[in-house]
Amino acid sequence: MLETHDTVTEERTEAETGKPQVEREFTVKERGYWRMAGRRFLRHRAAVISLVVFILLVLFAFVGQRLWHYKWNGGFIDAQDINEAPSLKHPFGTDDKYDQMAEVMRGTQQSLKVAFMIAFFGTGAGAIWGVVSGFFGGVADSGLMRFADLILTIPPLALAAALAYQGGGKLWQIGIVLAAVSAPYVARVVRGVVLSLREREFIEAARALGATNVRIMFRHLLPNTTPVLIVNATLLIAAGILLETALSYVGFGIQPPDTSLGLLIVNAQGAVDTRPWLFYFPGIFIILIALTVNFIGDGLRDALDPRQTRERR
Amino acid sequence: MLVFVIRRVLISIPVLVASTILTFIIVKMTGDPLTYLKTRQPIPPPSVIHQQEQRLWLDRSWPAQYWHWISNVVLHNDWGPPVLGHDNVRTDVFHALAVTGRLVACSVAIALILAVLTGVISAVKQYSMTDYTTTFIGFVFLSMPTFWFAILLKEWGGIKFNEATGTHTFSTIDEPSSWVNPGQLLGHVLLPTIVLGLVGYAAWSRFTRASMLEVLNSDYVRLARSKGLKPHTVLVKHALRTALIPLTTVCALDIAALLSGAIVTENVFQWRGMGYLFLTSLRNRDFNIMLGWLLVAATLVILFNLIADLLYGVLDPRIRHA
Repeated sequence: MLETHDTVTEERTEAETGKPQVEREFTVKERGYWRMAGRRFLRHRAAVISLVVFILLVLFAFVGQRLWHYKWNGGFIDAQDINEAPSLKHPFGTDDKYDQMAEVMRGTQQSLKVAFMIAFFGTGAGAIWGVVSGFFGGVADSGLMRFADLILTIPPLALAAALAYQGGGKLWQIGIVLAAVSAPYVARVVRGVVLSLREREFIEAARALGATNVRIMFRHLLPNTTPVLIVNATLLIAAGILLETALSYVGFGIQPPDTSLGLLIVNAQGAVDTRPWLFYFPGIFIILIALTVNFIGDGLRDALDPRQTRERR
Repeated sequence: MLVFVIRRVLISIPVLVASTILTFIIVKMTGDPLTYLKTRQPIPPPSVIHQQEQRLWLDRSWPAQYWHWISNVVLHNDWGPPVLGHDNVRTDVFHALAVTGRLVACSVAIALILAVLTGVISAVKQYSMTDYTTTFIGFVFLSMPTFWFAILLKEWGGIKFNEATGTHTFSTIDEPSSWVNPGQLLGHVLLPTIVLGLVGYAAWSRFTRASMLEVLNSDYVRLARSKGLKPHTVLVKHALRTALIPLTTVCALDIAALLSGAIVTENVFQWRGMGYLFLTSLRNRDFNIMLGWLLVAATLVILFNLIADLLYGVLDPRIRHA
């Protein structure tokens, strides 16, 4: 019964759209890799919800800040509104100077900027590092990989704190430092993929056609590591955002007068009892960012790397 | 096996040496250790500054300083003088390590038990409500800033409980000294342990689940089932033993990370462990303490890497004989 129903609706839609009816039994639309990946991603419900929430967070941070009439750095809240609990006028409450929604917007913005910098620089540098190492092999490979191992022997939070200490807590410096800390992880993973790719026929073919090393690396090898890169980037972003807030917490992150979600929590940690809204909102936003990024990463892994997912099971 | 061990140990030595060079450069980049003296008002006479520079070997070149430091550490077990005070850097670092070690040992135990239990349950009941719930909780803990959760637990768990019962069951600040009675020790250790344990738990339960799923879908487990073994026997004797092999190595690697990852947790509960030591030495630019700290941290990472490799060899015959 169900099958007939399906064919009926199919016929109807084809009739409506007026597409030519070709041999119906075997018409399967050609789907490329990315299209299939998109379909698999959409099937991961948590990932799709997370993507929507993440986009809302981006809008909240970047557009919301322009629309909201309280600014993170210019107080102008009424004197009677100081240290007020959340209300319609101040949805996230206030501290003794500022409207907290504006502060949280600014903090979210900072976290997202750091996230994008890690994704861009950390993944980019790590990808090149890994491709060069895996492609050339031999001395270059062991040299580059030992260097990665070396960086991994130093605890990331300690390394980031030491590097950021001289910087004076500018956002871009912290972004670069966190990207540098996360690059070796990417390099390791990419190298592994490249090692197996470079023995494949298409690389041999490219070489036979006279492609230079640089061309093989960047036109043939790098594009094929994209799925791995994307999945790893999401994991790094989630870890990086938490690392940034931890850095702020121990006092080596973004410095006042600028603010970040980590700093907001530090300032509020004595007020958990008296003014809990100061403590909860920034924390919830960190969790939201990291959680959505983690779920999106999970969905992307299912979508881009079907070997290790339910598709096969 | 012995050859394997010896080779691995020998490979680790150059890595450790290179690591000390890298950490030396990083520590030097954190700035001038005598800033505190040079910014003091009124500015102390140049002779005082010069004297300090001579004491700390700051008037030499970097290679000379590095050689002075590393040769003293290796040959005389002298980790150099701190910039401020007269403490022994080596005993300071090892005292801090003992404090943090206690915390990490307790939380690893909690995390492992929880992770294996929930990981196995959610793998066996894949796509059930339990699976989805534990997965979601795992993701939340993975996405939660440690210090936020720590503060929350301290304020709402520890302090509220103490106030309600009028006791000091949970000590929310201070690390336990070594001669407190067991009850007190538990009160000290419990909250930080929960915080650190849950962070490790989140990652490890995901890992157990994935590894368990892979094993449950393998041919030999299907064979064990089809020849009529009891489900419990299949699960515990056949599947779990294999599934835990990768977990042991991941664990060994993560323990080293936890030792230094305790920085934040210790900070919230004001323990004077590795985290406190590193942060204060970084603030004071106390380079000999930083160098000692990073030396111990790097050694631990390399050591646990080694342990992970060896464990894998011991547990998985295929690796050993390869």
